[in-house]
Amino acid sequence: MLTYPFKLVTIIAEPVLEPRITQELRKLGASGFTVVEGRGEGSRALHAAEIPGINVRIETIVPLEVAERIVQHVAKSYFNDYEVIVYLSDVQVVRGEKYSPAPKSGGL
Amino acid sequence: MLDILKANLLSPIPLAFALGIFARLVKSEFSLPKDIYSALSIYLLFALGLKGGVELSHATFDEIIAPAGVTLLLGCITPISTFAAMRYLGRFSASDAAGMAAHYGSVSAVTFIAAQQFTLRVGAPAEGFMPTLLTLLESPGIHIALFIGAMQRNRQLIAAGGSAGEHGKITAVLHEVLTGRTMILLVGGLVVGYLMGENGWKSVSPFFDSGFKGALTLFLLEMGVVAGGRLGDLKKVGPFLLAFGVVMPLVHGALGVALGSWAGLSAGGATVLGTMAASASYIAAPPAVRLTLPEANPTYSLTAALAITFPFNILAGIPIYYHLAQRFAA
Repeated sequence: MLTYPFKLVTIIAEPVLEPRITQELRKLGASGFTVVEGRGEGSRALHAAEIPGINVRIETIVPLEVAERIVQHVAKSYFNDYEVIVYLSDVQVVRGEKYSPAPKSGGL
Repeated sequence: MLDILKANLLSPIPLAFALGIFARLVKSEFSLPKDIYSALSIYLLFALGLKGGVELSHATFDEIIAPAGVTLLLGCITPISTFAAMRYLGRFSASDAAGMAAHYGSVSAVTFIAAQQFTLRVGAPAEGFMPTLLTLLESPGIHIALFIGAMQRNRQLIAAGGSAGEHGKITAVLHEVLTGRTMILLVGGLVVGYLMGENGWKSVSPFFDSGFKGALTLFLLEMGVVAGGRLGDLKKVGPFLLAFGVVMPLVHGALGVALGSWAGLSAGGATVLGTMAASASYIAAPPAVRLTLPEANPTYSLTAALAITFPFNILAGIPIYYHLAQRFAA
């Protein structure tokens, strides 16, 4: 089957940031996302929750230019004060048009 | 005084709490599944709201107005006194001081319930409308503290040549705090309880009343595990915060008891109001602070609130506030 190259953006963050980041992903041009909750520990252990060590992993598959926008945005808004990492990986998807929506005007 | 302290320590809530801490200290793998912990807290908050609402339907406006007034006053004083102590005695940054103020200006519902149960046990039950006061004390402290923090930060940002208001709009915080699970379940429970009255309560009390103390004991067991897990952070926070976590609740507790007695509450009611003022939030405040004052270090506020003040209030604070309340009543 024919597949298309896209970027998988993975953001691992404190749970408190989940609503904010997922909303921003949409504005930056992601057509969807998946959130998984898990356990873990980072270099700073700054979690603001009564149960420590809970992380969320937010994943989205997007075209390269959207991926770069997301990485830049996350770095600028969150790296200083929050426990957040973001990384990209290459993926091959079927139905390429599903992941490249018409860019929304404005963005962030 | 020592008798009350001892009697308190040998009651189910502190014992279960101590067992939880012990389990954590010996590195047991035991902890309640996260979903059960959430379910128990929903049950406790909603039961508290329902019962409080039913009691509220019996109360008259005149009985409540003075206690409600002093409760709001406490909600304004405690964040400011906490901020001042942190900033000017402890020399913490404005953000850390404001973050702490949000925790200590708000209230811990579980500590409230523990105090309510304590007053029942010693035969001086608090007024039935106390849960209504709890909802009044929950949010003003958080808003005042975050407002102080935002003002201080904006001043620094402008001084550094930046622009104000980068993070957390105040409306988002308002939404976060007012729609949090505590507020929905407590305020919603109060309304439902008020509307359904005594007859409605009879039909649900087998579930919400009979199981309440057992659920509370189980919840405190898990709280022990959670607090025990934070004990390691005590080494990181330094002697000032260790003292702060005990002295601040004593000061706020004494103030709450005094104002409560002055407003006409019984010794039990003044004890519960004092405990509310003394307690520190660790559910509503942390995410609100995290989103609004991201540069505040949550290790400070959560360690103080969860690993020092919460255990202190459960094990020793509540009997002390009761002792004070008896003095004021006499």
